[in-house]
Amino acid sequence: MGLVLLIVIWLITLVSTYFFVAKTWWFPPGASAAAPLIDHHFTVTFILMGIVFVAAQLSLGFLVWKYRDRGSSSKAVYSHGNTTLEILWTVLTAVLFIGLNLMSSSIWASERFRPAAADAQRVEVTAMQFAWYFRYPGPDGKFGATRPELEDASTGGEGAVGLDTSDPASKDDVVSGVMYLPVNREIELILRSHDVIHSFFVPAMRFKQDAVPGLAIHMHFTPTRTGDFEIACAELCGLGHYKMHGIVKVVSQEDFDRWMAAREAENQ
Amino acid sequence: MATQDFAAKQAHAHAAPQGFLRKWVFSLDHKVIGLQYYFLALIAVFVGMFLSLLMRIHLIWPTAVLPLVGEIKPENYLSLLTMHGTIMVFFVLTTAPQGGFGNYFLPIQIGAPDMAFPVLNMLSFWTTFLGFLVLIAAFFVAGGAPLHGWTGYAPLSALPSAGPGQALGADLWIISIAIFCIGALMGALNFITTTLDMRAKGMSLMRMPLTCWAWFITAILGLLAFGVLLSAGILLLMDRNLGSSFFVPLVTVNGQILDHKGGSPLLWQHLFWFFGHPEVYIAILPAMGLCSQLISVFSRKPIFGYKAMVYAILSIGFLGFMVWGHHMFMSGMSPYSAFAFSVMTMAIGVPSAIKTFNWLGTLMHARIHFSSPMLFAIGFVSLFVSGGISGPFLAQPVLDIPLHDTYFVPGHFHLIMGVASIFGIFAATYYWFPKMFGRMMSESLARWHFWFSFIGTYAIFMPMHYLGLAGHPRRYSQLTEVAYLHGLVPLQKFITFAAFVTIAAQFIFLINLFWSMKFGEKATDNPWNATTLEWTTATPPPHDNFGGHTPVVHHGPYEYSVPNAPRDYVMQTDPESVPAH
Repeated sequence: MGLVLLIVIWLITLVSTYFFVAKTWWFPPGASAAAPLIDHHFTVTFILMGIVFVAAQLSLGFLVWKYRDRGSSSKAVYSHGNTTLEILWTVLTAVLFIGLNLMSSSIWASERFRPAAADAQRVEVTAMQFAWYFRYPGPDGKFGATRPELEDASTGGEGAVGLDTSDPASKDDVVSGVMYLPVNREIELILRSHDVIHSFFVPAMRFKQDAVPGLAIHMHFTPTRTGDFEIACAELCGLGHYKMHGIVKVVSQEDFDRWMAAREAENQ
Repeated sequence: MATQDFAAKQAHAHAAPQGFLRKWVFSLDHKVIGLQYYFLALIAVFVGMFLSLLMRIHLIWPTAVLPLVGEIKPENYLSLLTMHGTIMVFFVLTTAPQGGFGNYFLPIQIGAPDMAFPVLNMLSFWTTFLGFLVLIAAFFVAGGAPLHGWTGYAPLSALPSAGPGQALGADLWIISIAIFCIGALMGALNFITTTLDMRAKGMSLMRMPLTCWAWFITAILGLLAFGVLLSAGILLLMDRNLGSSFFVPLVTVNGQILDHKGGSPLLWQHLFWFFGHPEVYIAILPAMGLCSQLISVFSRKPIFGYKAMVYAILSIGFLGFMVWGHHMFMSGMSPYSAFAFSVMTMAIGVPSAIKTFNWLGTLMHARIHFSSPMLFAIGFVSLFVSGGISGPFLAQPVLDIPLHDTYFVPGHFHLIMGVASIFGIFAATYYWFPKMFGRMMSESLARWHFWFSFIGTYAIFMPMHYLGLAGHPRRYSQLTEVAYLHGLVPLQKFITFAAFVTIAAQFIFLINLFWSMKFGEKATDNPWNATTLEWTTATPPPHDNFGGHTPVVHHGPYEYSVPNAPRDYVMQTDPESVPAH
């Protein structure tokens, strides 16, 4: 029985570890400035915790086989433990865990403590059951007022976010169902929700943030690759949660300006 | 030292009850109440498991029409996951290890004739039972069961118009949890008082089996956590029915501006997780205590570092109340507090690691008997390591960005608080069955049950980590809409097939349980040659546990392979003259 346990525990450990190491199912290739930093810290954590995982499971398998009852010839050693060992592994795990944590804190600080740069492209993200809308402030750099009583999801676009067209600042606002972003420029997101909590998740950008009704949450990230990237809602928001997705189109600054100009022209 | 409270003893001085109703239904006997909790959890776990099977079927065959059940629609899927989570967390993981085994064995292991407050004990069970009925009723009302998940995040949970099931179904869900909290609070008071006041002579705190330490600390966690959840539930009910706005700001649902303003959705999350994180430890601490016990018994060795184990339980209990914010890194909570919660969360990994090291230390130089309780205890250690190791990923806010609310999270918590705790329940069942029913369970059935459950668990939950890395969000009823999920369907299929096999294997357990009650081999009073007090009394124990006398304790709980002792173990009640540490 000891041998079977050893084989099963070792096999489970090796097979599980294989699929992590082989990256059979893995993060999509990163597409934002933070992605390499997050991925690097993930790798560091993965190697350290992986060693602990494999060592602990292999020892468990080995110990149950090695110290199986072998009849009268085997005898258990009467011992209540070893204080030196206890102190040793307490200190080691504390250093490992807290150390890992401190290593990652500078990435967290740059992602979440620091506000967006002044020249960041601002985009307001509005979530509602079960759609995303993206609003750009236009040439004046100001978002026009929105009012809940003007919200009308059935009209899409400006109506969906409840844009108050009587506000002069709203005249040049652009509302889109697809998120266009210029590459290599910091994006400041302002996340809002009309009804329940949603979560704006773009796996390729290593970006996730809940959109909470009643709050305007400011976040930032910098896309570094052009292309289409999927947005998936990551917070349970109702029966259509699974289909609340969208597209981020990252394009060159020129293409972005051209798209914006075309949308402005449509608005006139 | 240990005290035997006279009044409490008097309270139990009732004679063994006659008649079915007083003996088996409205019983004051902690052993019967323990069994009632156990069988409630047994029904609940099979219901919860059946719901998860329906979820797995729907995920890979979304249009399948099932016999009796019919077609599962996306909103039905969300109801299934809400009820699966709620039933499993409350009525299985909280009910069986603490209410079931804790009730039955805490008084016996400390040498008491019953719980401190037998009437309260009976009330706490029947309250819990009522909570279960109310929860199940949510399936049968108009709109069906709620779809807001077991965490019930507001405003989704607070708005009857936010989706099917969010009307009466959601009210019943909240009321059920509130009722459960009241039962759990009564139980917690009883456990704490019993542990402090009812220990037999010589049963000092540091001579208590680690099971008793775990039940004791779990009860303290319950006392502090369930009160908060109860209050949060009442506030949520008021938001839903009385027009208050604790959790709801101004919102527009289906084009209607609702009559709420100024509430904070994050307040619900703070209150919920202030309960929710300690709840994780409420589920797993008893399993930790029990597996420590079993590893010592079946290794024929004292537990490695008894004091370190006690301090680890205490620090897990203490730190467990300071980490709730790690569920909220992406919620819009201040990023500065995320940093603090993250440090505390990493710190709580330390006592968990100490426990693992001590289990391995106990196995070293042991003489291991592979009886079925031990198999499940070894399985518990393996699952605890596997589920624990993903904790430090999720505990770091930076890594939580890609992983939060993906399948990585259910992979993590199912391994550790889910199945590891369930393995604790299985181990406890195989270990204490002979004491509870006077017969042995079938070892060969138990082994088949172990192999299928152990391998099956890994086959189900390890792939969920891979899904999470690939960015698969949780709680998606269909994989058809988001393009990058299409490539993950084969892995989801694999999980469903693994779930079929693993769930089927649970019937081996069910058959073994009921077959052995009637036909199992007769058990002796101490079939495992264990040292703690429950093995000193008759099988099954008499109404007052020790047949009119009160045990006196002379030894610690883990005296195995003691040099120069006549047997390879020294019972806690053996006279002082028997050589021991």
